[in-house]
Amino acid sequence: MNKKKWMRVAIPIISILIALLIASIIIIWIGKGSFAERFDFLVKAYTEMVKGAFGNKTAIMNTIIKMTPLILTGLAVGFGFRAGVFNIGAEGQMAMGALTATIFAVNAASLPSFVAIPLTMIVGMLAGAVWAGIAGFLKAKTGAHEVITTIMLNWIAYNITNWAVTDPFNAGGGIPKSPEIASSAKLPNLLTSQASFMSFGILIAIAAAVVIYIILYKTSMGYEVKAVGFNPYAAEYGGINVSKNIILTMAISGALAGLAGTLESIGLYYRFYGTLSSGKGFDGISIALIGQNNPFGIIAASLLIGGLRTGSNQMQFVGVPKHIVMIIQSIIIFLVAAERMVMTIMGWNRKKGAK
Amino acid sequence: MPFHIPQEDEYKDYAVVMKGIVKQFPRVLANDHVDLYVKRGEIHAIVGENGAGKSTLMNQLYGLYNADEGQILINGEVLSINNPKDAIAVGIGMVHQHFMLVGPLTVAENIVLGDEPTKMKSFFDLAKARKEVKRISEEYGLKVDVDSKIEDISVGTQQRVEILKTLYRGADILILDEPTAVLTPQETEELFVVLRNLQNDGKTIIFITHKLNEVIAVSNNVTVMRGGKVTGQIPTSETTPRELANMMVGREVLLRVEKEKKEPGEKTLEVTGLKVNDNRGLPAVKGVSFEIRKGEILGIAGVAGNGQSELEEALMGLRKKEGGTINFNGLDITSATPRVIREARMSHIAADRFKYAMVKEFTVAYNMALGRHYKQPFAEGGFLNHKNINAISKDLVKKFDVRPPEIQNTAENLSGGNQQKMVVAREFDYQPLCMVVSQPTRGLDIGAIEFIHSTILELRREDVAILLISMELDEILSLSDRIIVMYEGEIMGEVKPNEVSLEELGLMMAGSTLEQARSEAHE
Repeated sequence: MNKKKWMRVAIPIISILIALLIASIIIIWIGKGSFAERFDFLVKAYTEMVKGAFGNKTAIMNTIIKMTPLILTGLAVGFGFRAGVFNIGAEGQMAMGALTATIFAVNAASLPSFVAIPLTMIVGMLAGAVWAGIAGFLKAKTGAHEVITTIMLNWIAYNITNWAVTDPFNAGGGIPKSPEIASSAKLPNLLTSQASFMSFGILIAIAAAVVIYIILYKTSMGYEVKAVGFNPYAAEYGGINVSKNIILTMAISGALAGLAGTLESIGLYYRFYGTLSSGKGFDGISIALIGQNNPFGIIAASLLIGGLRTGSNQMQFVGVPKHIVMIIQSIIIFLVAAERMVMTIMGWNRKKGAK
Repeated sequence: MPFHIPQEDEYKDYAVVMKGIVKQFPRVLANDHVDLYVKRGEIHAIVGENGAGKSTLMNQLYGLYNADEGQILINGEVLSINNPKDAIAVGIGMVHQHFMLVGPLTVAENIVLGDEPTKMKSFFDLAKARKEVKRISEEYGLKVDVDSKIEDISVGTQQRVEILKTLYRGADILILDEPTAVLTPQETEELFVVLRNLQNDGKTIIFITHKLNEVIAVSNNVTVMRGGKVTGQIPTSETTPRELANMMVGREVLLRVEKEKKEPGEKTLEVTGLKVNDNRGLPAVKGVSFEIRKGEILGIAGVAGNGQSELEEALMGLRKKEGGTINFNGLDITSATPRVIREARMSHIAADRFKYAMVKEFTVAYNMALGRHYKQPFAEGGFLNHKNINAISKDLVKKFDVRPPEIQNTAENLSGGNQQKMVVAREFDYQPLCMVVSQPTRGLDIGAIEFIHSTILELRREDVAILLISMELDEILSLSDRIIVMYEGEIMGEVKPNEVSLEELGLMMAGSTLEQARSEAHE
């Protein structure tokens, strides 16, 4: 038991170290000159990366802005995993949440901020919940696999949102974008530095992680979700309504993704550009994996990936391609997903047979 | 003439000789020095109850398991068969209980699968495959349409395809594992004709079953197994179903349970005309009726797969009913959900512990809360009350002697016996009015078995109505107040444990009615 808990933390950390090691080899390989020169190059690359991610106030703000939606989509996917559903549709739920929330926020000028902001978030979460709930309902009632249905719903969402910002909900000017939201619905800033600003969206994301943690570990609902995820037959035997829990899990998962989209709209862009998410919904899968579906693990994973991505820009200036970061991220995920491999590398393998 | 045990110089006339086979599984000794002698060209039946070790023995012959001890001789030669490939190479073919066919492919394609004829060494030659399959099918009189898709043909024909598959690979020794379990009586008759044809062609057939009439109908010799040991070897012409039943179920009752006399109270559970389908949508329980009174144990005897698990699941709301009613303590629970049924104080020790009765990834404490996790004292206002969950679990673990007594252990780390004790503790703690107890001691050691039996009797003392489903006749006979026997989804009769003999029970389990069994057993 204790050993297992310890391994859940150790495996991602070791995976990160192995990934950095492999990336180091690549960086040394693409460097020029003697080994000493190449080694200097490596040190410089990593120093710049860390500087780029955490070196000054603006860097830290950028990292936090990047990690905010990742926490929420990571939570969305991770919560689904806990109930044994693979929500691959955070992308679409995020877009639907952002679109709906933006439409509401554009028309919220008459409301005071303390009403407009929470209401906008609720609207965005509801939109995400409904979008994911469709897949949950189909799985519970017809057995349609959620991987298929959420992918299809992604495409529908993609086209609806694109159409919305180019035609009925277009701000004009030939660019596909929505009108700007009412200022009463804009999230206040937590930090500003020169021209950049950072809303308090990060606090909302962390609060969401705390709420999900409480649901999972402290409530009967979390108990049911986990029981359904581990063993739906035993759950049913214990009087748990499996269908209801699958739909509920999908709805909560979708609400988290919807909130991610909403925060991007009301805290960062102040409008909706149709294709805002640029893969953050899919990143949620990686984040959930690295964070081992634990809400606090997900925050840590988001910080890591957010930091790597912000830092990669700076690293580029010294001549290391940005793509190195994608390689590092991919190797980490690869190793975490294939945890057996890490266990083999570390010699932790035990007989798994004898059942 | 008694069964002839061959000497070493006679082994060359025997297709299969297995000597002193021992196979130990983590908690069960599945084969305990088993000897099997199968003469070339005979049909040899292996009979025994579920869990007697028949399939394990055959899986070793087919190379799916390796024996821990013992020798296997094929046609007099000592061989080591390490995998099915080795077995096929020496001419052994096996037809499993569950067919291994590919639904959307045709009969011919399925038969040649894995050993396909080819054109230019790389392209599948369908014409040749069809021709070859037709030839074999005509040669052995096994009629099939080579171009039908597997998913469109009957189960009986699919089985024929499986047999053809082994013949295509050149099998001389055919193992059939419970071949009639899935067949209708007519299909069974047809299978017997096929088997006799194959015998006439010089094939040796080993036939696993627990249906005694089939043994008599088709085999030359019988080996009887019980609890991993051989309890009888006899030529079929020298024996009767009655004698086989005796050897199969054993005479001695292993466990003595002290059961006090007790008058049952008022009716608690009443099942009327219950009909339930199995997973394939075929009728599994065909209009079953019974009642159980307070403080009474009703035993259901029967060979596995005769509708008991469907009945069990239907009672607990885990399976849809096709007809009939279930009345529990004045409440109609025919279409109630598991939660409603549990709220009405019916609890359940499931036959399939891993599938139903526990979440192996959960801690012992969380498993103790299963089904009660949403209400006092386990939860309050939607939040789990970990303090109470832990306190109650600690108490139950101590009272039911679950070892190790560590409630934060995950359930998968417990031994089978302790897992079962955990389940029993929880279901006991429901303070049920009625408990459905299915296969409560399967795979457990003597100590755990005694503990669980005494717990069941304690429930009886406390006026709980108990339905006991078990394949273990000893268990049924020593615990039940009344026994009903199920066969193919129907009740063959109801008896009192002290008014029935083992052979009568065995015959009823094999499909005789009570009257038939009585007359046959006393003839």
